[in-house]
Amino acid sequence: MSTPFLSVRDLKVHFSTEDGIVKAVDGLSFDLEKGKTLGIVGESGSGKSVTNMAILGLHDPRNTALDGEVLLDGKELVTATEKELEQLRGNKMSMIFQDALASLSPYHTIGAQIGETYRKHTGCSKKEARERSVEMLRRVGIPQPDVRVDDYPHQFSGGMRQRAMIAMALVCDPELLIADEPTTALDVTVQAQIMDLLKDLQQEFGTAIIFITHDLGVIADIADDVLVMYGGRCVERGTKKEVLQTPQHPYTLGLLGSMPSLDGPVDVPLSPIPGSPPSLLNPPSGCRFHPRCAFAGQVAGGRCSSERPALEFVDGRAAACHLTPEQKRELFSDYAAARTH
Amino acid sequence: MSSTTPLLDVSGLTKHFPIKGGFPIKRTVGAVQAVDGLDFQVAEGESLGLVGESGCGKSTTGRLITRLLEPTGGKITYRGQDITHAGRRDLAPIRSEIQMIFQDPYASLNPRQTVGKIISGPMEINDIDPEGGREKRVRELLEIVGLNPEHYNRFPHEFSGGQRQRIGVARALALEPKLIVADEPVSALDVSIQAQVVNLLQKVQRELGIAFVFIAHDLAIVRHFSQRVAVMYLGKIVEIADREDLYGNPRHPYTRALLSAVPEATVEEEPRERIRLTGDVPSPINPPSGCRFRTRCWKATEKCASEAPPLVQVEGNKPGHLTACHYPETAGTVPAPRLSKDPEAAA
Amino acid sequence: MFRFLVRRILGAAVILLIISALVFVLFYAAPRDPARIACGKVCTPETLELVKKNLGISDPLPMQYWEWLKGLFVGRDYTSYGHCDAPCLGYSFQSREPVLDTILDRFPTTISLSLGAAVVFLIFGVGTGMLAAVKQGKPLDKIASSASLIASSMQIYVVGVFATYLLVDQLHLLDRASYTPFTDNPGKWFSGLLVPWLVLSLIFTANYTRMTRSQMVESLTQDYVRTARAKGLSRRTVFFRFAWRGAMGPIITIFGLDLGVLLGGAIITESTFSLQGLGMLSVKAVGTNDLPILLGVIMVAAAAIIVFNIIVDAVYALIDPRVRLA
Repeated sequence: MSTPFLSVRDLKVHFSTEDGIVKAVDGLSFDLEKGKTLGIVGESGSGKSVTNMAILGLHDPRNTALDGEVLLDGKELVTATEKELEQLRGNKMSMIFQDALASLSPYHTIGAQIGETYRKHTGCSKKEARERSVEMLRRVGIPQPDVRVDDYPHQFSGGMRQRAMIAMALVCDPELLIADEPTTALDVTVQAQIMDLLKDLQQEFGTAIIFITHDLGVIADIADDVLVMYGGRCVERGTKKEVLQTPQHPYTLGLLGSMPSLDGPVDVPLSPIPGSPPSLLNPPSGCRFHPRCAFAGQVAGGRCSSERPALEFVDGRAAACHLTPEQKRELFSDYAAARTH
Repeated sequence: MSSTTPLLDVSGLTKHFPIKGGFPIKRTVGAVQAVDGLDFQVAEGESLGLVGESGCGKSTTGRLITRLLEPTGGKITYRGQDITHAGRRDLAPIRSEIQMIFQDPYASLNPRQTVGKIISGPMEINDIDPEGGREKRVRELLEIVGLNPEHYNRFPHEFSGGQRQRIGVARALALEPKLIVADEPVSALDVSIQAQVVNLLQKVQRELGIAFVFIAHDLAIVRHFSQRVAVMYLGKIVEIADREDLYGNPRHPYTRALLSAVPEATVEEEPRERIRLTGDVPSPINPPSGCRFRTRCWKATEKCASEAPPLVQVEGNKPGHLTACHYPETAGTVPAPRLSKDPEAAA
Repeated sequence: MFRFLVRRILGAAVILLIISALVFVLFYAAPRDPARIACGKVCTPETLELVKKNLGISDPLPMQYWEWLKGLFVGRDYTSYGHCDAPCLGYSFQSREPVLDTILDRFPTTISLSLGAAVVFLIFGVGTGMLAAVKQGKPLDKIASSASLIASSMQIYVVGVFATYLLVDQLHLLDRASYTPFTDNPGKWFSGLLVPWLVLSLIFTANYTRMTRSQMVESLTQDYVRTARAKGLSRRTVFFRFAWRGAMGPIITIFGLDLGVLLGGAIITESTFSLQGLGMLSVKAVGTNDLPILLGVIMVAAAAIIVFNIIVDAVYALIDPRVRLA
């Protein structure tokens, strides 16, 4: 079996703060192949953004402890030096962020910011970099790219800024693109445009994409595989179809139940997850979801609060839950019936 | 809604924000036409959803109804009383009946006040002493919104985002309002928490019979919460109808495009119809002539540029379903949604 | 930019007009005889008569103000005292000289003092602040932070006297404070002002160190700094190409205000170092009740502060393209 393009093994990201150690990511593993999209879903504080900042090595080493293994195309990133990482960032792997207005420098033109990445990694002339910037803007669908290249970010609309950000991330044809909630701040019609654009660009370049979002709808639209995170850990992993249609973890089930749909029943309450996401400074023992889990009482011996469930593969599906497959089939069936109408 | 007077009646509501500029002395050189001629009613106990993308004027509308802003034109009637330009004194009794819930549960609560003080604030301002005292009432309210009444003396930072929004709801309920304007009440919250707050609002609406103007950009949540829905685009209502009609039989191209752009957490065997709008929403400073949607509409003709379509019951619409379009979509092209009161039946 | 300048200069003219009118009313509408005051302490009846005539005391106040304003543009005749060329800010009957001449004589001292000190404290303050930001949490940062806290609580007259005593009288390292026009002898101009510059900047540098540090630390947490790092740019590049610009905006704003403080504080600085600038001039004018001089100094100081602020706003716009000048 050949090694996957991106392989993350038992990744841990711990921050030291004044109040103690925050275990933002606590043992996460996944693989990603070229040309595929992995959707990472989770709520605030689930560790989804922290994971991806760690892949790029963007955390401040002064207060961050990284552990585990990240292999990108065979190259180990956790132990890589800052110089080596600088060569890879923006070049072989790049990232786009949620708030494009805040994430682009307000003091430099769009063209300068795109060209800067290109020059850094190719060492080309300013003129070539500018031409490349115009070409990239054209490719992401900015009208009049040769004029708009000299605009500042605040002169762009929200959707155009996100396009410019994508142009900047793709200027060196990266093999891995990490998209951190790139459409969350956008209106739905513009979000649809941006997702189409990402899909087209992926087809064209065969980029591997990690798409971080809190929106399962967006996942359904763009991802091949889905990884659900809760409290710094992976609770469930599988193909999009598997996870959305037959979730194997109560948290995934709860997320789906929390979302109203465009054709679901109205006038019945949604089925939210009670309580709030856990504090990572002082996380719950055992399964981090157990204080909010409707089924924790169904597991014998109080294992949910005492024992961390391993990410187990059952029928080719990975879920970290103490419930037995039989229990899940029984307990989740009401829900599954409602989902498939 | 035909014979009885609606709780809230809005007609021709307009708000233009002046733009200062010019040289060498500044003067008003133009206006942001944030809201431009809205007509709608809200019946008692009803929830009207206002949806649209950023810059469509939905938040401004909310602020006009609560009279945090003064309209430039049009008329707002609340229970038969014209409040369009009512002054402070005339508004005072109405202010207690129309309450607002804001988007940001962090910014809209005073961090230096205890929860008890925040929730009893509206009672103090309006000099209302409920039976059994204000503290008792606050504890009741905390109970209603699902918070521990013992948390009376805690400060906002001790609560999570969802709990803070509950505090905001309790404050809005303090004066037993007849109408609550909720401006994106759940969009700052995590998905699992959103559902908690939506359920709470739904409970409040049902059990206390409070009418809602529910402003949101999330079409699925609006559909879940509001019996009637108005779609706004660039300061105008382009379509308004009962939710069954609006979501099941959208007649305005924009409504259709909007609905088709919503990503749904389902894996379909055959892909849904998708309409991709190109470009961005034009500037409300200089909106397109005629129909404001025409610059992004695939059906636009010269008529659309010269003549603004009126918001009327176009042919094929049920009564109460109004569409502002010269070339409405064919009725019933979208399969009627499964609307059910009962989840078992839906399955 | 052109529109901005025109509008700001027009605005400045209006502000100066209002200030002058206010000061004029305050001085000349006072219940005392303004002619007697303008005449000075040693005043013969003949001089008083002349002053009365030249000030137009018998005219109503608006007329007097109008005459003063007119003088600004077309000059003014002070019969036996001679002609005061436009722009005429008035005439001091005590020093028997047009006000503007006296002020122009003193102005370079004050400006050299203030702007020179400003250059020194900007360089040192922003420099150490940036260094402290780079070395966040390390010993250098802590030393810079605490040193700046101590220095900022100092007062000019204490530090000034002490520095003169130590550096000039005892160690003979530097020259005693004095003013030589730059055009006469740049070397002497520099060495004469070095002590006051250092003393002034010791106090101001501290503020700028702390401000620069906190602004830099703040701007290093901005999203666009993270993006720049994600593009593969080094920490150093990010620091010098991105972060500093975010930090400079607030610093420039404060700098504009501080220039006003420097001018206003000129009275203390100049008397500490016995320099004959506008500050000392106004102290003297108050002592001798020389109203025309006081009015002139106020007008020149106000104009200088307004000009500085226009420059600061223009520089802000150059650094931050989001700021639209209008």
